[in-house]
Amino acid sequence: MMLALEMYRSPAKYLAAKAVGGRIPGVLTGPAAPLRLVTIDEPKAERQGWARIRPILSGICGSDLGMVTGSTKLYFSAVVSMPFVPGHEIVGELLDDCEDLPKGTRVVMDSVLTCAARGVEPCEGCVSGNTNRCDRITVGHVAPGLQTGFCRDTGGGWGNLVVAHRSQLYAVPDGMSDERAVLVEPLAGAVHAALRAQVQPGQSVLVSGAGAVGLFTTLALRELTQAGRITVVAKHAKQRELARAFGASDVVAPDEVFRGVRRSTGAFRLKQDFSGGEFLLGGVDVAVDAVGSKNSIDTVLRVTKAGGRVVLSGMPASGADLSPVWFRELEVTGTYASAREEPNGRPAFETALELAGRAPLDGIVGARYPLYRWREALDHAHSAGRLGTVKVAFDVRAS
Amino acid sequence: MSRPGFVLEVDDRTPPLIVHNGEGFLLERFPLGTRVVYPPEALPAVRDVDEAIQNALLNPIESEPLPELLRPGMRLTIAFDDISLPLPPMKKPDIRQRVIEAVLELAAQAGVDDVELISANALHRRLTPNELRDIVGERVFRSFFPDGKLYNFDAEDRDNLTHLGQTRHGEDVEISKRAAESDLLVYVNVNLVAMDGGHKSTSIGLASYKSLKHHHNSHTMIHSRSFMDHKASKMHHSAWRMGEVLTEHVKVFQIETTLSNDIFGGPIEFLQKREWEWSLKDQASMLGTKRALAAAPPKLRHKIFTDVRANYGLTGVNAGAIEPVHEKTLEMVHRQHLVEVQGQADVGVIGVPYLGPYNVNSVMNPILAACMGMGYHFNSYRGNPIVRKDGALILYHPVPYEFSQLHHPSYVDFFEEVLAESTDPATIEAKFEKQYAEDPWYIHLYRTSYAYHGVHPFYMWYWISHCLDHCGDVVWVGANRKTVERMGFRSASTLQDALEMVSHSVGRSPSITYLHNPPHLIADVR
Ligand SMILES: [Zn+2]
Ligand SMILES: [Zn+2]
Repeated sequence: MMLALEMYRSPAKYLAAKAVGGRIPGVLTGPAAPLRLVTIDEPKAERQGWARIRPILSGICGSDLGMVTGSTKLYFSAVVSMPFVPGHEIVGELLDDCEDLPKGTRVVMDSVLTCAARGVEPCEGCVSGNTNRCDRITVGHVAPGLQTGFCRDTGGGWGNLVVAHRSQLYAVPDGMSDERAVLVEPLAGAVHAALRAQVQPGQSVLVSGAGAVGLFTTLALRELTQAGRITVVAKHAKQRELARAFGASDVVAPDEVFRGVRRSTGAFRLKQDFSGGEFLLGGVDVAVDAVGSKNSIDTVLRVTKAGGRVVLSGMPASGADLSPVWFRELEVTGTYASAREEPNGRPAFETALELAGRAPLDGIVGARYPLYRWREALDHAHSAGRLGTVKVAFDVRAS
Repeated sequence: MSRPGFVLEVDDRTPPLIVHNGEGFLLERFPLGTRVVYPPEALPAVRDVDEAIQNALLNPIESEPLPELLRPGMRLTIAFDDISLPLPPMKKPDIRQRVIEAVLELAAQAGVDDVELISANALHRRLTPNELRDIVGERVFRSFFPDGKLYNFDAEDRDNLTHLGQTRHGEDVEISKRAAESDLLVYVNVNLVAMDGGHKSTSIGLASYKSLKHHHNSHTMIHSRSFMDHKASKMHHSAWRMGEVLTEHVKVFQIETTLSNDIFGGPIEFLQKREWEWSLKDQASMLGTKRALAAAPPKLRHKIFTDVRANYGLTGVNAGAIEPVHEKTLEMVHRQHLVEVQGQADVGVIGVPYLGPYNVNSVMNPILAACMGMGYHFNSYRGNPIVRKDGALILYHPVPYEFSQLHHPSYVDFFEEVLAESTDPATIEAKFEKQYAEDPWYIHLYRTSYAYHGVHPFYMWYWISHCLDHCGDVVWVGANRKTVERMGFRSASTLQDALEMVSHSVGRSPSITYLHNPPHLIADVR
């Protein structure tokens, strides 16, 4: 038996949570939350290639919050299996030998449950190394679930035990702290996003959002591409400071994006007649939305130059105005998780491990909570930007 | 008969004094011993203005009379000062209208038919047709504007600029092509302050950025002491050198006019007077105005002030060769504005009014407020600044976060982007000026809309660089804390608090000089 936070299906509560939206901290982690702390059976690791892991630190990701608050799309419900233990940003210790990795190895985990983990013939995505595009995430000998942390059979990082397949694991170098290692999964996502953005040398980039996704994407863009000016949209003082430390050339407040991008790119600025919306003629070569809100997407679409590229990182809200995509012939592309074979020929996790080793990441995990203080933990994560925190994590061993 | 300027020492009988404070004014009680510098009263006005103009055109200084310079088939260009002068705008008819009409009449008599009129706005915003009409009058406007013969100078119209050469200091002289290729360039000036006129008229008013950047930069401006004294102003030295090049190529007939200090009339006439001499009627209208302004919504208050038109009397008109004409002008301007002040003070106090040269029919944004107080009024001295080196300057203005997107689009960006990075004039000049000067959007708005040129906020900031360099402390009374902090200053709620804040550098009983303006004055600090 083990202690874990469990996400359980409760349509009424789910809808109630959705109704209050993500706006009122405290309410969303109150009685309406579809989450509970329980003692449940440990997941089993009986098949070839699987092993048990005891999580040390487990991060709280925006998608986890979206799940708890009900703001995540129902689209998602077909690819999860209830009840499940959330948590996919994990650094932990192997409790069993796992093929070439001996028991006791510290590992991080690519949470995508691909054909290899499911024991089925590899799909087209998996064959080509685009493991994040796997088409078999609902079949095989593992319950449906696009990732560990959304699957009934594997457990998740917000519990005392999780099982994983060798294909998901990467050993953590000895010198690296747990606080850095727990950031490898989100960093891998950022590596993937930065490479998907296909920034050419000298091109200007806008990153909308300076939460963990936006900041890490900024870091990855600066490290992995020859981007010219990188402008980051940040709301809070600490975010602005970090954005600069991570490689932003300029930082602008959300209500200054049009002004700032117009200035930095010498674009022309137009104001629409009725809605009062604004528009740039010209603008950045590439924009990355790292917020997912309608506002943020509307903005990035309007400040990207004709023929430019817009990268949607994180699950987009609905209702954004797509006319710029048509009128400015934009290329809109999504990024999800990370791939085993990225455009630079390596797994995103390897690149992310290197980044985690050398980037200025001290203090990025700004708060740690034991599992039983989950309400405070989620509230903190929900207000992280305002509170000057980038990443909140569960300290699972202290639980 | 007018009375000269006056320095009052505040004693216990001194009533509270008016301090201009944006779109309003305060009554402030100054510490005992404060020296209050009052501008001289208005000089007597010329009685027959048209006759004075005729006389100047027919009996010019070091030049043939204007009729002798006019002949059929020639190209005549008349350039005139733009809307930034005078402040506030004058009641109709504008003095420029009267001069232009007189020049056009002589031109018509001489059979000149190729005439163009250019507003010499340099990098200032274009004037709207109505604003042009206000300056040149209905008749001239209707005769020239529809055919495109009355227009704003466009410093970004490459095809219509001419490079005349360089000064002996390597400064480029690039001006309006039409002006450069004219057989005669007549310049019609209004001199409100000693900074304007002279070679500044043509070689700045009709010049491009390429030319202006030689003197509108932080180095030149920090070394200009002061702009009110062209012999001590590096900016003026440069303009004078350019003027020499310009006049080698173009025949210039300079007409300069000087105005009296008669600004506030009607119900706000009390602003023109010295407080202890207020009649009961003055006191009543002061209280009434104060109450009405306090009660008026911001929009109405703004309108009340933008609608102010000044009486002004013409105190002189001189025509002919630029330099001797300007000498006469300065004599007159100084006679109107100079007030002798004995010695510098530890603290200078200045009320910043609602209007400056760059927010006519617009709003005074934080940069313009700083420029008015620290560029314009602080520099209104001859000899030495009113404040001693490393002394403190206390300014009054609410400095709201308010910008006109129509008139000052690059100011918003300057405030948000440039000042966030540095307030040091030389640093921002090196890092940002070129980008702003060449930004295609600002150029587009300057040329087609009514925006100041992208580089203009930099000039405003350079203009305060002498004050920044000279004063140890700058504190704004009653100002928006955030806007003032962004510019690197501090804000206090009262004069007492401000004095407390600067006491570490000037002590607890500093000497204080309060410049009681407008009307405008030049402190002649001995
Ligand atoms: Zn995640
Ligand atoms: Zn697959």
